[in-house]
Amino acid sequence: MLSFVAQRVLKGVIVLLAIVVLNFFLIRLAPGDPAVVMAGEAGASDQVFVKQLREKFGLDKPLPEQLFIYVKGVLTLDLGFSFRQQAPVAKLIGERLPATLLLTLTAFAISLTLGILFGTFAARFAGTILDTGITVFALIFYAMPIFWVALMGILLFSVTFDWLPSFGYETVGANLKGLAHAVDVAKHLIMPAMTLGLFFMATYTRMTRASMLEVKRLDFVKTARAKGLSDAVIQRRHVLRNALLPVVTLAGVHSGTLIGGAVITETVFAWPGIGRLMYDALLQRDYNLLLGVFVICSAMVLIFNLVTDLVYRLVDPRIEFAS
Amino acid sequence: MVSCWLAAPALAQEPKTGGVINAVIQPEPPGLMLAQVQNGPTQMVSGNIFEGLLRYSPKLDPLPELAESWSVSEDAKTYTFKLKKGVTWHDGKPFTAADVLFSIEMLKQTHARARTNLAQVDKVETPDQHTVVFTLKQPFGPFLGIFEVGSMPMVPKHLYDGTDWKTNPYNNAPIGTGPFMFKEWQKGSFIRLVKNPNYHEKGKPYLDEIYWQIIPDAAARSVAYETGKVDVLPGGSVENFDVPRLSKLKDTCVTGAGWEFFSPLAWLWLNNRQGPLADKRVRQAIMYAIDRDFAKDVIWNGLGKVATGPSASTIKFYTDDVKKYPYDPAKAKALLKEAGYKGEKIRMQPLAYGETWQRWGEAVKQNLQDAGMTIETIATDVAGGNQKIAEWDYDIAFTYLYQYGDPALGVGRNYISSNIAKGQVFNNVEGYSNPEIDKLFAEGAVATPDSKRKEIYEKAQKILVEDVPVAWMLELQFPTIMRCKVKNLITTGIGVNDGFKDAWLDK
Repeated sequence: MLSFVAQRVLKGVIVLLAIVVLNFFLIRLAPGDPAVVMAGEAGASDQVFVKQLREKFGLDKPLPEQLFIYVKGVLTLDLGFSFRQQAPVAKLIGERLPATLLLTLTAFAISLTLGILFGTFAARFAGTILDTGITVFALIFYAMPIFWVALMGILLFSVTFDWLPSFGYETVGANLKGLAHAVDVAKHLIMPAMTLGLFFMATYTRMTRASMLEVKRLDFVKTARAKGLSDAVIQRRHVLRNALLPVVTLAGVHSGTLIGGAVITETVFAWPGIGRLMYDALLQRDYNLLLGVFVICSAMVLIFNLVTDLVYRLVDPRIEFAS
Repeated sequence: MVSCWLAAPALAQEPKTGGVINAVIQPEPPGLMLAQVQNGPTQMVSGNIFEGLLRYSPKLDPLPELAESWSVSEDAKTYTFKLKKGVTWHDGKPFTAADVLFSIEMLKQTHARARTNLAQVDKVETPDQHTVVFTLKQPFGPFLGIFEVGSMPMVPKHLYDGTDWKTNPYNNAPIGTGPFMFKEWQKGSFIRLVKNPNYHEKGKPYLDEIYWQIIPDAAARSVAYETGKVDVLPGGSVENFDVPRLSKLKDTCVTGAGWEFFSPLAWLWLNNRQGPLADKRVRQAIMYAIDRDFAKDVIWNGLGKVATGPSASTIKFYTDDVKKYPYDPAKAKALLKEAGYKGEKIRMQPLAYGETWQRWGEAVKQNLQDAGMTIETIATDVAGGNQKIAEWDYDIAFTYLYQYGDPALGVGRNYISSNIAKGQVFNNVEGYSNPEIDKLFAEGAVATPDSKRKEIYEKAQKILVEDVPVAWMLELQFPTIMRCKVKNLITTGIGVNDGFKDAWLDK
C-alpha cells in the first residue's frame, strides 16, 4: 500500500507541474496584464509608467524565462509574490484556505450524508410516494442555480425571519472566544454550506438509489436472505456497502466541481475563502496569485482522489492496490 | 424616492463622540498603501489613514489639511506651503517638510496621475521643517488642485526611504497622519480602522472605529444594509436599480454630494481612425441617435445629468453654450445617409461594471440599431476591455472617467494629440487630432488669470462638441446611502474618499 501511495504522489506531482505549465500560458492568453489594470485604476497612464510596472513584475522578460522562474519557485514551495496585493502568494492563500476547507468539507459531508441517507430510503421504498418525494426534492436543488438558491435563502432566513446572518464568516467586532465563537461561525456557515451541499446531494441521492436497486437483484443478496438475515442487516451490510462504490467514485470526481461551486457560494455569502480570491485575481490579472490558487486547488483535487482510492479499499476489501 | 435627500451637511448640531460605523467596501482593495495603489476602494479606506496637503470644498476651493496656509507668487510660478505644526505619524514620529519632499519623489515613480501633475514642477525646496516651496517651469492654472489625499498622499519618509517600496512591510499595515489608524484586515471579511487619539485637529475624529465590510455580491450588500448589518453604502456600492428601494427604508438618508472633485463623466469612445466613425457626421448621428434622457431616467433611475460636452457641469470653466444633440432618430438617419453609411458592422464594447452598465449597453445598441446602424456587442471583462481600447481594437466602447475638478487635469488628456499613444488606456484612445484643440489646451493650462482660462476652455468645449471625438452620455451620480443617525459623513468635494474625520453618530 505504501508503494501505491508513493506512486500516486509522484504521479500527482507530475500532473501538478503539467497543470502549472498549462495554466501559465492560458492566463497569459487573456487580454490585458497587471500593469494595464493598475495603470487603468490610477486614471492616467504613460508609457514609461507602464513599462516600469512591467519591469517591476518581471513581465518584460521572455515568456520561457518567466515560466522557468515560476516553476523553479513552485518546486521549492515558493508560490511567488502578488504585486497586486503586495504580499507573498502563499500567505494570501494561507489566510483564506481554512475558510474554504471548512465550507467545502462541511458541504461535502452534508451532501454525502443526506444523499446516501435519502438514496437508501428511496431504494428501500422504491416506487412509493416517499421515493417520488425524495427524488423530486433532490432534483429541485440540483436544477436550481446555486446563486439563486443562495439569494432565496438569504431572503427567507435573513431578511424575513432574521434567523441566520446573510454574510461573512463571523460577527465582525463581536470578539467572541471559545464555544461562543464556534457557535457564531457555525451560524454563519449553515446557509453557504447547505446551499452548496444540497446541490451535490441530489446526485448522491440518485446514484445511491440506482446503485442499491441494482445490487439488490444480485444473487448474494438472495443468499443472505436465505441465510435468514434481517432486512436491516442486509440493506446496511450487504446492499449499501456494495452500492457505495459508484458513489465514492462520483465523490472523488466532484472534488473539483465542489471548489468551483465554492466560488459562487463564497461570493454571494461574502465567505472569505480562496474561491473569491481566485475570482478577484483573475479580474485583476494577478498572474502569480491566480497560478498559486490553481496549484493549491489542483493539489486538493489530487489529494481528494487519492483518498477516494484508499476509501475504495475500505468499502470493498476485494480491491487490491496495483503497484 | 426622496425619503430624505440631504440638502446640506448638518453643521448646526453639536457633534457627539464615540460609536462605530460599519460601511461597505466594494470590491476588496488590493492594498491600502495609497501611494502605490490607486484603485477606488483603496482611496475610500485609505483616505482615513493618509492625508494630503489640501482638501477641497464642494465648490472645489482649497481647504487646509496638512498645509495650514499657502501663497502664490506674482508670476504664478512659485507656491509656498506652510505645514501644520505638531502633526505626527501614527507611530509618533513628527511629520515634516522632508516627508513632503520624499513623498513627491516616491509618487513620481508609483502614482501615474501624480507623476503627470508634477511634470510642471521645476524644483521643490524645503527652507525649513515646516515650509515647502514649489517652483514651476511655467504657470499652471490648476496647480492648487493636485494636493488632495488620493492625488498626492503623504508618505512617511522614515519608514520608506532606502527600502524596497513594493515589498515594504508597512504596505500591509500603513502608517499615515490621518484621523484613523489601521488596526486589522481580515482578508475577504473586513478592514478595521480605529480612532487616532493624537490626531492634529483637536477633538476629531468623533468615531471610535470604522469597519469596512467586504461583501462581494451586489444583492448581498443591499441585504446587509436592509438587515441593519451595515450603516453606510458609499456611492456605487449597490446596483442603481436598488437605490430607490433602499432610499425608502426607515431612517435612511441619501446624498449625491461628495463627487464634485471627481465629477465622473460617462461617454462612448468612438474610434475616429477607421471605418464609418472616421466621418464626423456619423459621430454626430450617434449623438442624435441615443436617447440619453431615457438612460438617465430608466437605467440610472433618474440619477445624474445628461452631459452637454467634454466637461462635467461641476468642474471649473464649464459652459453649456455649445451645440445641442437632443434625441432625434430622424436626424441621425439623415446624417448617416449623408455620410454614405451602408450598414457596415460596428463593434460595441459595454463596460463590465455590473448589471446597470450591461443594461445601458443594451439600450444604446437598441438606439443605434433603430437609427439604422449594425451593432455587434463585444463582451469582455474590465482588464480585457481596457487592453482592447488601449490597442485601439474597438469601434465603440463605454467608459467613464474622473475629471479632477479642472479641465487641465481631467479633460484635455482625452483630446490632445500628444496623448495618442498605443498601449495606454484613458488617454486620447479615440485618435482625435485637431491642432486648434492642442493649442487651446496647452494655453489653458498655463494662462492667467482665471477669466482668460475660462475664455480658452469655453472655446475648446464648443469645438469639441461640434467634432464629437467621443459621444458624451451622462454626468454620473453615485448616491451614498446611510442611516440618518450618521451625520456629517460628507463635507467636502472629495466625499467618502476624504476620510470620516468629520462624521459622528447621533445615538
